[in-house]
Amino acid sequence: MATLLIQHGMILDPASHTQRVADLLIRDGKIAAIGEKLDRADQTLDASGCYVTPGLIDVHVHFREPGDEEEETIASGAAAAVAGGFTTVCCMPNTKPALDNEAQIEFVLRESRLAGLANVYPIGAITKGRNGLELAEMASMQARGAVAFSDDGVGVADASVMRKALQYAKMLDTVLMQHCEEPSLSGGAMHAGMESTMLGLPGIPAEAEQLMIARDLLLNRSIGCRYHVQHISTAWSVELIRRAKNDGQSVTAEVSPHHLLLSDSSCRSYDTNFKMNPPLRTEMDIRACIDGVKDGTIDILATDHAPHLAEEKELEFQSAPFGIISIECALPLYIKALIEPGHISWMRLIEMMTSSSARIAKLSKGTLAIGADADVTVIDPKRAWKIEAQRLVSKSRNCPFDGWDITGRAIATIVGGEIKWRLSPPASHSS
Amino acid sequence: MAHTELRWTRKHLLSLQELSADELNFVLDTAKAFKEVSTRSIKKVPALRGRVVVNTFFEDSTRTRTSFQLAAQRLSADVIDFSEKGSSVSKGETLIDTARTIEAMGVDIIILRHPAAGSADLLARTVKCSVINAGDGAHEHPTQGLLDLYTIRERFGRIEGLKVAIVGDIVNSRVARSNLWGLTKLGAEVYLVGPPTLLPRSFEQLGARVVHRFDDIVGQMDVINMLRVQFERIKSSQFPTVREFTHLFGLNHERFARCKKDVFIMHPGPMNRGIEISSAIADGPQSGILAQVSNGLAVRMAVLYLVTHL
Repeated sequence: MATLLIQHGMILDPASHTQRVADLLIRDGKIAAIGEKLDRADQTLDASGCYVTPGLIDVHVHFREPGDEEEETIASGAAAAVAGGFTTVCCMPNTKPALDNEAQIEFVLRESRLAGLANVYPIGAITKGRNGLELAEMASMQARGAVAFSDDGVGVADASVMRKALQYAKMLDTVLMQHCEEPSLSGGAMHAGMESTMLGLPGIPAEAEQLMIARDLLLNRSIGCRYHVQHISTAWSVELIRRAKNDGQSVTAEVSPHHLLLSDSSCRSYDTNFKMNPPLRTEMDIRACIDGVKDGTIDILATDHAPHLAEEKELEFQSAPFGIISIECALPLYIKALIEPGHISWMRLIEMMTSSSARIAKLSKGTLAIGADADVTVIDPKRAWKIEAQRLVSKSRNCPFDGWDITGRAIATIVGGEIKWRLSPPASHSS
Repeated sequence: MAHTELRWTRKHLLSLQELSADELNFVLDTAKAFKEVSTRSIKKVPALRGRVVVNTFFEDSTRTRTSFQLAAQRLSADVIDFSEKGSSVSKGETLIDTARTIEAMGVDIIILRHPAAGSADLLARTVKCSVINAGDGAHEHPTQGLLDLYTIRERFGRIEGLKVAIVGDIVNSRVARSNLWGLTKLGAEVYLVGPPTLLPRSFEQLGARVVHRFDDIVGQMDVINMLRVQFERIKSSQFPTVREFTHLFGLNHERFARCKKDVFIMHPGPMNRGIEISSAIADGPQSGILAQVSNGLAVRMAVLYLVTHL
């Protein structure tokens, strides 16, 4: 019986509202005990001064396999995930071909098992080939392990198709995750506003996102499917969801680090590492998203980790693809955006990165309950470091946070009771 | 050469947004000295002898391309023409690779015209030689802005305090943006005129007055700069018909009659005669359109000279 004892850490378990210094014992891949003076173990890990939390969960990553394995693979993405403290990630189906059938779902799960790092769960496409026209076999994919459905990269534009998708997903009691962007209003390269006017770049107006959220909320009023808004980015989007929640509607929302930390003024240098979709918005939108996190309108924190090759990004701004990577630095970025200014507590931060994420995707994860899978992250909240894109584990380098000095880092990531990532202590400063 | 104390430090000319008022005046003063060269019987100076200038145009252009070519030749530079057609670009080569290749041949200045906003910035970050932006998408066309400033200053003896209208398809216009930065930095009041579909309110945040009714302001303007109507905007419903656009925003005889007596009419070319501007006005005594073209040469000589003499 393999055992691992994590000693002297501050246990932080939102699912059971636990916050106390204690030891945590793992036996055979499960949480065995939390307390003092526990049994001796085969292996011990000193977590003094650290938080010991359920393994972090990210419901929004792009691992590019199959199709664009030069950018990322399930294995390289899973390695990047554990380096960022994530034990479970859900990968989006906008691969080539799309994850729109059982075989593709099984492929992702098999690659994840072979990699043996983070748990990588597939999200199936809502429509065949993500073309927005015909429903994909959601029930079959769900049976094989698809944890949610999305056409991410694009929204389901046709209202009739979306209504049917909501009805069908309701039957399956699964969650529909929508990339909210009305295509007839879109087609730009950055947020439509003063900055895009100045730069002469075509804009993506805030209304492109808001219109689809409003439409979906209307469609879903009588259906009541579990509906999830991906990567929310505008102030009025937050308000639409706030009102729907007050109305008792079945809706959840996620935000990404860049939409809390960067505004559209970052595009001034035409650096394509600031080009993503939805685009960076204004300072006012950032404040509204933070308010949404504070009052619970926004349920969870994701990354939208979207790798691209340097040669793809080294283009004219309007020709470069959308997307940036952040899974290895998302935790400290969220600490910077939400903890350091005092917006939310550590308990709330961890809840939004573990138990709430598990609830939305109905994963039996995100808890340190006795008997639960031993997915655990040990976080040193004081560890100061610099993000260096060239040193990231991911295969890609398109990180707009390159060079940032940040604080807080996962020093150990444990998946199924095994240590999959261990950060060595900081080098001594003595010269 | 120029009377300003300023020391020019810019290796590239990417936008007028990045230039200070002093720098703008410095270029204009330098251009004035070069304009004198055009009046000599031998219109050539050796300032860029032994230097190589490449005209790299990814979009059609007559006047800008020719003007740069002639400007470089008058400075005794060797000028090469690179065009997209028949080049490796049609084989899928990226802008950066094309530029690196050209640079590897030992080039001092790349003059870039490209349909993508920010392409000149991208190039300047990548290559070691000087980059002059000859128009990047809807972003900027700095030498056009400079020649417009030069022409206005030549006409009025000043720019400060003048009321300048720029009329037409503003949102898609790099000329409008370069003019807006240059004119506001030198103290003019800039009125942008056009329908809201071609003129977002966000231009107000950049220091312009946004006007949707040309008739409201036409009588107060010292300068009216008419932009070219781009017919392809009709397809994207940015205005319904040329007829209606001309009716609302064209410079016709009725509007011209209500202008100030000494109003100065400009157009960056090429013109649609009878659409945004009546022929008689374009060719009349108030028109600065041909002066713009000749001043363009002097301004471009000044820019080529400055970026290579740091």
